[in-house]
Amino acid sequence: MSQAELDKLIRSNYEAGFTTTVDTETLPPGLSEEVIRFLSAKKGEPEWMLEWRLDSYHKWLEMTPPDWAHLHHPPIDVNEVSFYSKPKSLDDAPKSLDEVDPELLATYEKLGIPLHEQEMLAGVAVDVVFDSSSVFTTFKEKLWEAGVIFCSISEAIQEYPELIQKYMGSVVPKGDNFYAALNSAVFSDGSFVYIPKGVRCPMELSTYFRINEANTGQFERTLIIADEGSYVSYLEGCTAPQRDENQLHAAVVELVAMPGAEIKYSTVQNWYPGDENGKGGIYNFVTKRGVAHDNSKISWTQVETGSAITWKYPSVILRGDNSIGEFYSVALTRHMQQADTGTKMIHLGKNTKSTIISKGISAGRSSNSYRGLVRISPRAENARNFTQCDSLLLGDTCGAHTFPYIESKNPSATIEHEATTSKVSDDQMFLCRQRGIDPEKAVSMIVNGFCKEVFKELPMEFAVEAGKLLEVSLEGAVG
Amino acid sequence: MLEIRDLHATVADKPILKGLNLTVNPGEVHAIMGPNGSGKSTLANVLAGRDNYAITGGEALFEGKSLAKQEPEERAQAGLFLAFQYPVEIPGVSNMEFLKAALESVRGAQGKEEWDSVTLLRQARAACKQVNLDASFLKRGVNEGFSGGEKKRNEIMQMLLMEPKLALLDETDSGLDIDALQTVAKGVNSLRSPERGIVLVTHYQRLLDYIVPDFVHVLSNGQIIKSGGKELAHELEEKGYGWLTGEEESA
Ligand SMILES: Nc1ncnc2c1ncn2[C@@H]1O[C@H](COP(=O)(O)OP(=O)(O)O)[C@@H](O)[C@H]1O
Ligand SMILES: [Mg+2]
Repeated sequence: MSQAELDKLIRSNYEAGFTTTVDTETLPPGLSEEVIRFLSAKKGEPEWMLEWRLDSYHKWLEMTPPDWAHLHHPPIDVNEVSFYSKPKSLDDAPKSLDEVDPELLATYEKLGIPLHEQEMLAGVAVDVVFDSSSVFTTFKEKLWEAGVIFCSISEAIQEYPELIQKYMGSVVPKGDNFYAALNSAVFSDGSFVYIPKGVRCPMELSTYFRINEANTGQFERTLIIADEGSYVSYLEGCTAPQRDENQLHAAVVELVAMPGAEIKYSTVQNWYPGDENGKGGIYNFVTKRGVAHDNSKISWTQVETGSAITWKYPSVILRGDNSIGEFYSVALTRHMQQADTGTKMIHLGKNTKSTIISKGISAGRSSNSYRGLVRISPRAENARNFTQCDSLLLGDTCGAHTFPYIESKNPSATIEHEATTSKVSDDQMFLCRQRGIDPEKAVSMIVNGFCKEVFKELPMEFAVEAGKLLEVSLEGAVG
Repeated sequence: MLEIRDLHATVADKPILKGLNLTVNPGEVHAIMGPNGSGKSTLANVLAGRDNYAITGGEALFEGKSLAKQEPEERAQAGLFLAFQYPVEIPGVSNMEFLKAALESVRGAQGKEEWDSVTLLRQARAACKQVNLDASFLKRGVNEGFSGGEKKRNEIMQMLLMEPKLALLDETDSGLDIDALQTVAKGVNSLRSPERGIVLVTHYQRLLDYIVPDFVHVLSNGQIIKSGGKELAHELEEKGYGWLTGEEESA
């Protein structure tokens, strides 16, 4: 298949690229102590929260953006970013769906996120974050009966201050990195989850993030605590409208798996990737990390097709003995997208085990890098890691890079690393076409096949959605 | 159904076919034999429309329509099937998924009734049985980790399901042991019908003991230099190709 044909295939429209007209209250761009005070006051936060934010802000002022990633972009000027945008109709938080602005509901319907409970996929509770505010959490009562807390982080600050004070920043410290510090200073909203001891969360929990307003940054913060012996599966989906400007997204996600607990965190991210010439798109700088205590397990699964720039390394600190960390990732880049993504598995406990499966697909003039660190500390006896890192190239104007770092300080460790780079071959395309399958379908089938090991880790509904997302991302004008 | 007149074709701009003539009528089985490198696979690939295989002169008509103007998938939809000499692997795409997409497209284009998943599975299992492939192969990735013989049988299994009007089999016999060869031949013979044309490309006459052709052609240096009945295959078996290609050179 020729380069021109391939190009045509991958030139597609961004389906979630519409904007919603809602009356909003948006802060003028720029960041200062005043902005943080305003933000905090707007949310009616307690004094300790404001102090925490200001402390983060001062740490951030001392920091510089990381420059080690394989990414090229103009410096990000936070003075052009608005740190607060909120649909006005949310001022008095809705008590039921009937009170939610119909425009907002329509937006989610367009995105295929059914907010009405009767239309919900059975057993999925959704917390929707629209720009900076949490719109509504469905199924709250059912979860309440199981003792599960699932609410917005703003609400949690008011209602569960002990939990927030104990755990927020315990996994990703305020000054962890430039973007995490920024988030800690200005985080807008996000989700909070607490699963009590021994409870298996009765449904998948899901948050849907959407950036709507122009020039707003989205700084959501998620904290999930799975107490001893509990289980939770959490899904996160993201989209943003198509805009010419770049929008900043700097999130922090912290996971705490207490002894014997299991957290499964899945993300499907299709923030607007920018156009063919690299105009517009989301700058996605995310810090995601989990701490796994004795006999616990954390697995990250991500399917990323969006964002102009992705800087993201969902990691697991394997603190407890026998703890398990997993990372399953599909990252598709096309047009001028740049992704530098991977994971860190930090083995501290004995008999800890980690698995990394990364699938990178590059098309157009994009650049797709895997960056992973496996660190085995001196006291991590019998630690094991398996890493498999596969790149698939569509065409020859894109790039795939692999940066695996291995630091082993314990000779009993077993570390395996496999890496492959392949192309969608002419032979594969010809076999498909000879059987009557059109090129567009053939590419999407081959790419989906390439990702199978990751897709099978996703919850059922999400796996279907992820497959469709890839198909849409690869769709073109053929036929 | 297939009319090839004075066909000239290049592979990656290198002339390979140099004035080839061949007519296949419905119901006929043709064997194309010839030494390695004579252009047998090139012919099959040109007819199926592979990239880089270009028709530079003459014409090839399938059901009265020029093949040159059709995309590979259109040729498939029109009923042309190629069993590959070297079937390629498509990791992670299950055989079943692949067959579903193929059959949806081809049956749809031919106005045949659509198979629901239950029917599809039943038909696919039956086809597997016919070529002695365990039904578990339907769940595996297309040709992924299959042995050489399994790949060939997988091709025939697909052919049985696709019910082509014209089947081109490129060296389907190579690399098969005698049992597998008989299984494959049985599969192909079951497809013989008055409406269907079959072209067997082969290097050895062995396959033709099991699938008895109506016509045998010898391809050498991009041309058919001799045609005859099934007895020609036996003659080739005895004498090799030298007497023909040598004759050609001195002529
Ligand atoms: N991709 C290719 N590029 C260049 N030459 C090729 C290619 N494929 C085949 N050829 C050449 O075309 C000629 C015919 O090959 P082929 O049709 O495969 O022969 P056969 O199937 O009869 O053994 C050979 O000389 C071979 O080297
Ligand atoms: Mg050949």
